[in-house]
Amino acid sequence: MKQHQPNTAAPEAAQGSVMTYTIGFLLSVIFTLFAYFLVVDYSISTNVLTAAIVVLAVVQMFIQLIFFLHLGQESRPRWNLIVLLFALLVVLIVVAGSIWIMNNLDTHMMTPAATNSYIIQDERIPQ
Amino acid sequence: MTNSQITNDVITVRAEADTASKTLFGFWVYIMTDLVLFASLFATYAVLHLNTFGGPSARELFSLPYVLTETLLLLVSSYTVGLAVLALHKRAARQVVIWLSVTFLLGLAFLGMELSEFSRLAADGNSWQRSGFLSSFFTLVGTHGLHITVGLLWIGVMIGQVIRKGLTPGTSRRLALLSLFWHFLDIVWIFIFTIVYLMGAV
Repeated sequence: MKQHQPNTAAPEAAQGSVMTYTIGFLLSVIFTLFAYFLVVDYSISTNVLTAAIVVLAVVQMFIQLIFFLHLGQESRPRWNLIVLLFALLVVLIVVAGSIWIMNNLDTHMMTPAATNSYIIQDERIPQ
Repeated sequence: MTNSQITNDVITVRAEADTASKTLFGFWVYIMTDLVLFASLFATYAVLHLNTFGGPSARELFSLPYVLTETLLLLVSSYTVGLAVLALHKRAARQVVIWLSVTFLLGLAFLGMELSEFSRLAADGNSWQRSGFLSSFFTLVGTHGLHITVGLLWIGVMIGQVIRKGLTPGTSRRLALLSLFWHFLDIVWIFIFTIVYLMGAV
């Protein structure tokens, strides 16, 4: 019974070809080198450069998700995609939230001398 | 072969595929939780990376060509583990073993380069105790390196299993999980490369 030969690989993993893997690999190499030479060779302004390499990294992440991990090829309901999107939401909250809170604390931090005089005043410590 | 035997065959195959896809989904959920772990380490690094406590900053410590080599090694290994999965779909056990071995060697080269960078930093007095920046650096990059080490162990075990048992439903399922894990580690490395090394040099 040839047609009942167990296809033991999971259905979701049964996609992809040498072609898709090679395309994903080459695109990843191009994006890596692009980001690298952008930093090494070019002296555009720091903010633009930082934004550019972060965008390149995010694009490369999606390239690998699509070509290596076959995201978007699963059948409905797309649980893998839903779980990924939720995880990305948590990641965004954790990272952006931490940076925001810590920068805010940093801005409001008093110098040690200012802290001292504030405590002395607040506690009405006689001088 | 009678009709009921065929039906049983089909049921077995479907049940196996069902287990495999459930396992795959469970492992995917694990990977997502690992992603959240890495996110918290990235956040720590982002907050602490300027706190050098008078010590060296990222710009002074890291060599970009060295890190680019590491990045390309890991990227090629992510490609070769994909080729191993393609060989698995073709039921070619020999090719699976060959591509897994190539992946193992590339991963080992990556880990070797990372450990030699770590020991060079520590020997120069720039270990995790030097500053907040270096603590968060070693925690983030070290956790990734630990994952790579576990991945290498796993690849080694899978090579042994495929040689001894062949491509059984069990080994095939675990190979699919291994490839997910390894691709994921490459994706995490893209961000370490970008945020720690490239942004450190900007």
